[in-house]
Amino acid sequence: MNEEQIRLVILDILDKIAPDEDLSDLDDSQPFRDQMELDSMDFLDIVMELRKRYRVQIPEEDYPNLVTMDSTVTYLHPLLKDVESPA
Amino acid sequence: MQYDTIIIGAGLSGLAAGIRLAYYDQKVCLLERHTTIGGLNSFYRLRHRDYDVGLHAVTNYAEKGDRSKPLNKLLRQLRLSWDDFALCPQIESSVVFPDCTLRMTNDFELLRSQVADHFPAQADGFNRLVQSIDEFDPFAETGGYQSAREHVRKYLSDPLLENMLFCPILFYSSATPNDLDLRQFVIIFRSILQEGFSRPYEGIRRILRVLVKKFRGEGGELKLRSGVKQILHKNGTAYGVELDSGEILEGQRILSSAGLVETQRLCDQTFVDETESTGDISFVESISSLDCSPADLGHHGTVVFFSNQTDFRYERPPTPVDLRSGIICSPNNYQFDEPLAENKINITALADHGYWLNLDDEDAYRAAKQESCRAIIENAVKIVPDFRDHIVDQDVFTPRTIKKFTGHLNGAVYGSPTKQLAGTTPLDQLYLCGTDQGFLGIIGAMLSGISMANAHCLS
Repeated sequence: MNEEQIRLVILDILDKIAPDEDLSDLDDSQPFRDQMELDSMDFLDIVMELRKRYRVQIPEEDYPNLVTMDSTVTYLHPLLKDVESPA
Repeated sequence: MQYDTIIIGAGLSGLAAGIRLAYYDQKVCLLERHTTIGGLNSFYRLRHRDYDVGLHAVTNYAEKGDRSKPLNKLLRQLRLSWDDFALCPQIESSVVFPDCTLRMTNDFELLRSQVADHFPAQADGFNRLVQSIDEFDPFAETGGYQSAREHVRKYLSDPLLENMLFCPILFYSSATPNDLDLRQFVIIFRSILQEGFSRPYEGIRRILRVLVKKFRGEGGELKLRSGVKQILHKNGTAYGVELDSGEILEGQRILSSAGLVETQRLCDQTFVDETESTGDISFVESISSLDCSPADLGHHGTVVFFSNQTDFRYERPPTPVDLRSGIICSPNNYQFDEPLAENKINITALADHGYWLNLDDEDAYRAAKQESCRAIIENAVKIVPDFRDHIVDQDVFTPRTIKKFTGHLNGAVYGSPTKQLAGTTPLDQLYLCGTDQGFLGIIGAMLSGISMANAHCLS
């Protein structure tokens, strides 16, 4: 997957975790938590969904990389670059 | 057979935990001793009528889309939609004490104005109490027990109002007599007074059916008639269970909803003192089927909490049933589009578990059930219209019934007075969920299963 495809995967996961949020004007450089209501249970689900879908293990010390869309995509790209896009 | 997680008890907490784990591809086995699921909140059919046990009302009502509310968080975690539970809000409930009645609906402002009308001198204190509750984070507090009574007395000076607020909160949640931990008080204040009551048209069956379908759909395995004889452990680490049948199941970890003392007995260990940690609060409930709706008799209340004396006592009573107080609940009195097929009124009263569990003569037990049923109904019809001429069938449950179907020692509905909020035990890989972890009620139980699965089984 390239970076844009990873971004779409993250949007799909966010949509699943927070089905009522409007994600169309998400600012990729700002923390998710400032733009939508995500508690720690929801946050764990982002990590768990990635594990379920792509078998990527994200250690707890790396969670700070998942604060914004930009940082998440940057962090995941090396891990997912050889994975085929679902789309 | 090697499982990732073995869950003991297919009640609401075990089912919710099971869904989380199965969704994330764990190999999960959910074990239930009885022939059906539900635990404390179950159902049965008797003489061609459907009965619910446990469910008076689902607390924590929230409208669809109100994301911050516990109900909606729970649905998201279980990947269910709001419509799955088909919750329908209550009509109106009340707290009835001598010379004073407080009405409440799912609009908290009604209760606020009721307090201002009946207790004008307390109105300001009540508003400050509510503010303190709004600002309190019960999940961030890590200290020990704090008395809720002491907290409330910082704001309210009228013991009648204090007791009228504690009455529904204690009745619907407390494993401890007359007072409870402040964290739990805050959670229950929000869930029943601020958020309010609802019920699916089909009662608890609807919720259980949705949960078990989801669990199986995600690949979870449910074994009914599979009681656990013992939890197997070696060198301080749990690794499996032995069933009553002698079959051995192995698992990476065990999540037990059996209760704290009940679980330690399964391990043949002493984590806590049995006497101190076994609950004392139990109930007798009569369920009457009527030949007309409660509304036809002029009764529109969803849940009526009452006390015949200003000094409300919530404790193990000195008599088989406590005739000083009770709960009157009608499953018909919700805002359903169509009336329910059956008409029912439930009367619940505190009971002395010692009396009920020591009746070994079956005839004496039956006679005691009948007499208590008569007495608690006679007590209740001082508060609500007399429905006794309309009773067409009746069933009664007692602490003995609760013990038989839930395994809770003493028939203690709300379990142990000491809760294990972290869900850990002295054994590695053995965790608790459900009543004795500390979140109560139908929504609380599911949240307990979810949070313990998240904390101990998914990382």
